[in-house]
Amino acid sequence: MTDASITTQADGGDAEFGDYIALLKPRVMSLVVFTALVGLVAAPMPVHPYIAFCAILFIAIGGGASGALNMWYDSDIDAVMKRTRGRPIPSGRVGRDEALALGLALSGFSCVMLALAANVFAGLFLAFTIFFYAVVYTMWLKRWTPQNIVIGGAAGAFPPMIGWAVATGGVSIESVLMFLLVFMWTPPHFWALALFMRSDYDDAGVPMLTVTHGRPTTRRHILAYTVLLAAVAFGTGLTSIGGPVYMAVALVLNALFVIGAVRIWRRDEVMAEADNYKVERGFFKLSLIYTFLHFAAILAEALLKPYGLGGW
Amino acid sequence: MPLTREHELHRRRRGLNTGLGLVLGAFVVLVFLLTFVKVTSQNLQFPDNVPGSSAATAGEG
Repeated sequence: MTDASITTQADGGDAEFGDYIALLKPRVMSLVVFTALVGLVAAPMPVHPYIAFCAILFIAIGGGASGALNMWYDSDIDAVMKRTRGRPIPSGRVGRDEALALGLALSGFSCVMLALAANVFAGLFLAFTIFFYAVVYTMWLKRWTPQNIVIGGAAGAFPPMIGWAVATGGVSIESVLMFLLVFMWTPPHFWALALFMRSDYDDAGVPMLTVTHGRPTTRRHILAYTVLLAAVAFGTGLTSIGGPVYMAVALVLNALFVIGAVRIWRRDEVMAEADNYKVERGFFKLSLIYTFLHFAAILAEALLKPYGLGGW
Repeated sequence: MPLTREHELHRRRRGLNTGLGLVLGAFVVLVFLLTFVKVTSQNLQFPDNVPGSSAATAGEG
């Protein structure tokens, strides 16, 4: 922290320790931790519990670092949107240069420490993920294409692959399918939300599919991604990380999800407004537990394996 | 009465400094335990114990 920041932060008050934690987007970190943990536990190679703990911690810090870089670059957007106006940078408690420094320092720190604790491949994979989220998504594509949700979803989908790489030192069909599970889930999840919540992104100049291509197109996109997602979910169940528990969970959730997507596709705005977007809201609520339950089922299969119960 | 007067800035930043101190202390403990686990793990091989390494062959001669 420089002396200059003392004066620049006078308007928003002094930064507390919690403001620097907020820069790391703790809620996003919790999803990163869970999916990376599942990827690590589901992998066929055992990892020492303490090394696993350290690896997950460094992956979480890497995720947090990319969050800080995102807040640094997007501080102009954050200042416009109601939802993000209270964040540390737009509120004036933390300077932009500080967020950039924290993001860069933690990026380097997390990748090097993960490489030392686990393996070099995992460290490089984490570095690629941070680069993808901070540069490819945040700087290049977020403000340029309405497919930004799809690209952002890819960045959020890498953690289970990194967890798998921590244990195995590489990539395999199972880890790619775990990636696809999050990647395919992200667009229907966010576009369902965009249908019933008028987004501040319009004011901030960020292209959203609902605005650039209209709501009927968004509804068709939701259905297409949901059908592809179901195929990925069942495909995952046929690999070594699947099993009867996973398949039962996937069967129920994907049936409900596809039914929800078809109902969204068949509706128009008049019907949706008449019941205050009841179907879209229900679909969004289901999407919140969809990923969690799929990864929990993969975790359950891995934990049941030593007792001869998990897997095929 | 303390010899030096505490600056008001230090008082305001106490929470931040305490948090940072705890994080750094936790990092030291984390790396110490990580080193301990790595060193005591069964598959750890020092260069002079790896078959075919220059240190191992030099010892044989």
